[in-house]
Amino acid sequence: MPGRWELFVRDMKRDKHLYILLSPYMLLFLLFTVFPVIISIFFSFTNFNMLEFPQWVGWENYSKLLWNDDVFLIGLKNTIIFSVVTGPISYIACFVFAWLINELNPKVRAFMTLIFFAPSISGNVFFIWQIIFSGDSYGIMNGFLMKTGILYEPILWLQDPKYMLAIIMLVQLWLSLGTSFLAFIAGLQTVDRTLYEAGAIDGVQNRWQELWYITLPSMRPQLMFGAVIQITASLAVAEVATALAGFPSVQYGAHTIVTHLMDYGTIRFEMGYASAIATVLFGLMLGSNLLVQKLLKRVGE
Amino acid sequence: MKIALLMKRKINRSWQVDILLFLLLGGFGAFMAVPLIYVINNAFKPLDELFIFPPTLFVRNPTFENFSDLFQVMKNSWVPFSRYIFNTVFITAAGTFGHIILASAAAYPLAKHKFRGHKVLFTVIVLSLMFSPHVTAIPNYMIMSTLGWLDSYQAIIIPAFAYPLGLYLMKQFMEQIPDALLEAAKMDGASEYRIFFQVVMPLVKPAWLTLLILMMQMLWGTDGGSFIYSEQLKTMHYAMGQIVQGGIARAGVGAAVAVIMMTVPIVTFVLSQSNVIQTMASSGMKD
Repeated sequence: MPGRWELFVRDMKRDKHLYILLSPYMLLFLLFTVFPVIISIFFSFTNFNMLEFPQWVGWENYSKLLWNDDVFLIGLKNTIIFSVVTGPISYIACFVFAWLINELNPKVRAFMTLIFFAPSISGNVFFIWQIIFSGDSYGIMNGFLMKTGILYEPILWLQDPKYMLAIIMLVQLWLSLGTSFLAFIAGLQTVDRTLYEAGAIDGVQNRWQELWYITLPSMRPQLMFGAVIQITASLAVAEVATALAGFPSVQYGAHTIVTHLMDYGTIRFEMGYASAIATVLFGLMLGSNLLVQKLLKRVGE
Repeated sequence: MKIALLMKRKINRSWQVDILLFLLLGGFGAFMAVPLIYVINNAFKPLDELFIFPPTLFVRNPTFENFSDLFQVMKNSWVPFSRYIFNTVFITAAGTFGHIILASAAAYPLAKHKFRGHKVLFTVIVLSLMFSPHVTAIPNYMIMSTLGWLDSYQAIIIPAFAYPLGLYLMKQFMEQIPDALLEAAKMDGASEYRIFFQVVMPLVKPAWLTLLILMMQMLWGTDGGSFIYSEQLKTMHYAMGQIVQGGIARAGVGAAVAVIMMTVPIVTFVLSQSNVIQTMASSGMKD
């Protein structure tokens, strides 16, 4: 009987080529993804400014973050409002539009897929919304509302905290039909057609029942994947917010966890504190993903 | 009777709901398309048309002035615009190419072999899909500064090689390759590398095209983040930001850059659409 160690060595020798194929990717992945998460958690318990040697401070960063940092709480509140509103809406929109597009004939389907997917891949063209919601009368929105007589003078859409968050949500929704949208379109095309016929015989009355009892359960794997992509994206909102409302935004109306992280990490260089923010964000993303995965397992039951 | 019913392609469909749903699709389709149509039209508007009140959606007298202005004006600036284009193209091409090669090489053993640690590695990849790169931005900055990579192309390119989504999609797609095919190649005496390059890689062409689209879109839109400071290394996205900050007077030139920016990813997607959809079909996560 070979011992555990001998078995291990034998397996490693047998699979040597596999490890060689894996290693370039895995080394970089460890260096730029896994290792950063670990050091981020470690530095979150220190005060580190990149100049002096880090000092262990225990939970101080976290308690400061949660009890003494009002701006962080604004960012946290905005991020949560944001993800609770745009997350589910864009997830459902991805599915509904994929589902509607799926009923079209192939050529129209390809065209509509492009229309819905184009905003999310056209790079940073979302700046166009800055012109649409520009604060003077040359902005499309102001121009239109003034022409129709709803407004008498232009509104500073992106400087007024009353409108800021709503506009950013709108733009984020516009951008959000991306990877998961494509996964849903693809998932719908792989659903076994004979299931619908069997369903019709077994008494499925209308398309809503068809959706709940046949379509959704058949594409549960894609739904899970889509959920992960959407949750992660909706908690990480920052680019659109800073591009449209500026950084920092007026009265922190568009401040999010990620903009707070950038503030402390790349402007103030308080790396320990920034790491604590990153760790909170990490926990929030991982936690909500695992929770939603649990919920999705019940679809169609 | 039943047979006749089944022959019709659409079961369980009522036309009233059909009309309602397609109105919905049309309405939201317009919402998605109008800003893009507007930016394309703006790029061709002469200066006086940009200032019409109320602003118009469509261009009346199209002109290429904005595009020629872009190159004229930017040529005289400190860094010529062509340099921004070069930076963006170079970062995108190198990052995408490296990612496709490394991610496929790592996906093959994970998809088709059982070896020590394969489950752990895949679990870590799936977990890393659940948080965005923002989480690791600060430590990555420290790593870059330790490696001396700040203010260089590789600070953007090398981490892109190891982006988790690409490996995940590639691995899911490779799982569909029949084992018998790989067994046959092995019987004929092919090494793992040969199987990978000559059997697996040609079979997963749709997946490469998908990674190409996803990585290209990500890198094409990069602004260099907090890693790049010198003007000579900055990207088109950054330049576009600067132009747009110039306000309404530069709106036409800004739209011209935007059109250049969006054309490349959209055209690539149109060309590879069916492959992308095919790959995404295998993207799902099992419970």
